[in-house]
Amino acid sequence: MITFDTVSKHYRGQTVAVDKLSLTAPTGKLTIFVGPSGCGKTTSLRMVNRLIAPSSGRILLDGEPTDTMDVAVLRRKIGYVIQNAGLFPHRTVVQNIATTARLNGTPKDQALRIAHDLLERVGLSSAFANRYPWQLSGGQQQRVGVARALASDPKFMLMDEPFSAVDPVVRGQLQDEFLRLQRDIGKTIIMVTHDIDEALKLGDQVVVLRTGGTLAQVATPQELLARPADDFVADFIGRDRGYRVLGFAEFAKGGVPLGAEPTATLGATPETLRQIATDRWVLVTDPLNRPLGWADVDSLKGPLRDGDLNLSGTLAVEGSSLRHVLDAVLSSPSGRGVIVGQSGELMGTVTLSHVAEAIEAARTGRLGTQP
Amino acid sequence: MIAWFSDPTHWTGSDGVFALVIQHLIYSGVALFFACLIGLPIGLYVGHTGRGVVLIAGLANALRSLPSLGLIVLLVILFGPVFASDMAFIVPSIIVLVLLAVPPIMSGTYAGVAAVDPAAVDAARGMGKRPLDILFDVELPCALPLIFSGLRSATLQIISTATIAAYVSLGGLGRLIIDGRAQNDYYQMAAGAVLVGALALLVDLAIGILSRLTVSPGLTRRL
Repeated sequence: MITFDTVSKHYRGQTVAVDKLSLTAPTGKLTIFVGPSGCGKTTSLRMVNRLIAPSSGRILLDGEPTDTMDVAVLRRKIGYVIQNAGLFPHRTVVQNIATTARLNGTPKDQALRIAHDLLERVGLSSAFANRYPWQLSGGQQQRVGVARALASDPKFMLMDEPFSAVDPVVRGQLQDEFLRLQRDIGKTIIMVTHDIDEALKLGDQVVVLRTGGTLAQVATPQELLARPADDFVADFIGRDRGYRVLGFAEFAKGGVPLGAEPTATLGATPETLRQIATDRWVLVTDPLNRPLGWADVDSLKGPLRDGDLNLSGTLAVEGSSLRHVLDAVLSSPSGRGVIVGQSGELMGTVTLSHVAEAIEAARTGRLGTQP
Repeated sequence: MIAWFSDPTHWTGSDGVFALVIQHLIYSGVALFFACLIGLPIGLYVGHTGRGVVLIAGLANALRSLPSLGLIVLLVILFGPVFASDMAFIVPSIIVLVLLAVPPIMSGTYAGVAAVDPAAVDAARGMGKRPLDILFDVELPCALPLIFSGLRSATLQIISTATIAAYVSLGGLGRLIIDGRAQNDYYQMAAGAVLVGALALLVDLAIGILSRLTVSPGLTRRL
C-alpha cells in the first residue's frame, strides 16, 4: 500500500505542482495517475521514490513514512520504469536486467540467472540476452526496462508513461502482456499516463488529476465512466464514454445468441458459394475452421482466391467485451459479427439487434446494481 | 635525409635517436599524467553536476590561446632561482605541456558525461544507485568515447609541443631540430620533424587500440 498524506509540491513558493494530495494505492493493485499536462502526475509519482522531495505532507509505504528512510535504500525497494526505458547503453540486456538484483545484494551468478528467467517472462527469447540496447526496437527495450525493474522482486513499482514511446500496435501488445504479468505478480503499482484509454484499460483504480495538481476523482474505471465527479472529469474522459463502458461489459456465453454461419474454403466455385449463401456474403475459413474473410458472391468470377476476400471485419474472441463484439458487427461487410474461440476457430456470428439487446441487458443490470 | 637515418652513429649514444625518443616520451608521459589528474576530475565534476560549464568553457579557450614558447621562457625565468639543476627547466616545460593538454581532456570528459542519455541516469538514480556509483558505473563508461577523443588530441599536442623542451636546453627529439638549426644541418632538422611526427602517430595508434579494448561495443555499435 502506498499512501499519500496531504502531499504538496511548490516550486520557489509560487507555482504549485501538487496540491494537498491524499490517496491510497492499494496493495497488489494497479493505480493509474491520469490528467492533462501540468496536472502534477509525474511529480506525484517521482515524490514516491524521492526523486523529487515533497514540500509538505508525507508518503508512506505500507504505513512506513518514506521521509526518514535512506533515499537509496528507499529507491531499491521500488521498481522504476520510465518512458524511454533508460537502459544502460554500455551493458548487455542481461547485465541491464541484473542491475537491480545486484543493487539489492544478490550474488552475481544468481542475479544473471534471475535476469535470464525474466527475459522470457517479458516475452523476449534468450537470443536477446547478450545484445546491447541499440540492437533492440523501442518495444523490446521497454520490455527489458520492465524486466530490470522486476529483477529485485520489489513489492512496489512506479511506471512513468511506460508504453507511450512506442507505436500503437506495439503499445497494445505491451499493455496486454503487462496485464497478464501483473495478474501473476500482483505488485503494488502506480503508473502515470496521459492516455485515458490506457488508464481505463489497465487500471484497477484511476486517479484523475487536474491542472494545478489537485485531485479530481479516484474511482474504478467503470465508476469513472458511469459517474464522473464533475465537468472536468467528464470532459477529460471524452465523448466516447458511452461506447467505452461496453469495454467493461463482458460478453457472457449465451448472452448473445450465436447464429450458425455457413462457410466455404478457398478454391470453391461461384456455383457452390451461391448454393450455400444466405445473402451476398459468405464467410471463408481455412481448413482448421478459422475465419479468413468474407467473399462477395455477386462479384465472384472464378474459383475463390485469397485476393477475393474482404478483410474489413474484426473478430471478437469469445469472452471478450461487448465493445469488441459490437465492433465485429459494425466492421463486418455482411453485418454479421464473427465470434471465434480462444484458438481462433469459428464459433458463430451475431447480428446487430442481438448485440443491442445484450447491451440493453447489461445497461439495466448495471443501473440495477447502483445504490 | 636517408643518409642521415642510415648513419648508425645518429641512433645510439646519449644524444642518439633512441635516447631522445625515450626522453621525449618521458616528458610527454609525465605531462599527460598531470593533465589527466587535473582535467578528468574537473570534467567529470562539471559533467555530473552541470555546475561551472561556462567557467570551464572560458578557461579552455583561454588556455588554448597561450603562446607556449613565450610561456616556457617566462616560466624558466621565474623558476630559475627556485630550483637547482635541470629541474629549473624540466618543471616549466612540463607546466607548459600540461596547460596545453588540460583543455581537450577537460572538455572531452565534460562533453562525454553531459551527453550521457538523461533517461539512463534517471533510471540509475530511480533504482537506488548512489551518486558516485552513477558516476563510475554509468556516466564514466558511457563518456569513454569522448574522453578518449579528448585524450588523443591532448596527446598529439603534447608530443608535437614537447620539442620546445630542447629550446630551454633539455633533451627530447626537439634537440635534433634546435641543434640542426644552430649547425645549419637541415637533414638533421628534417629527421627530427619526421621522428616527432612518426612518434605522434604511433602513440595515437596505441591510444586508439586502448580505446577499442575499453569502450563497450554497446557504445561503439561495433561487433
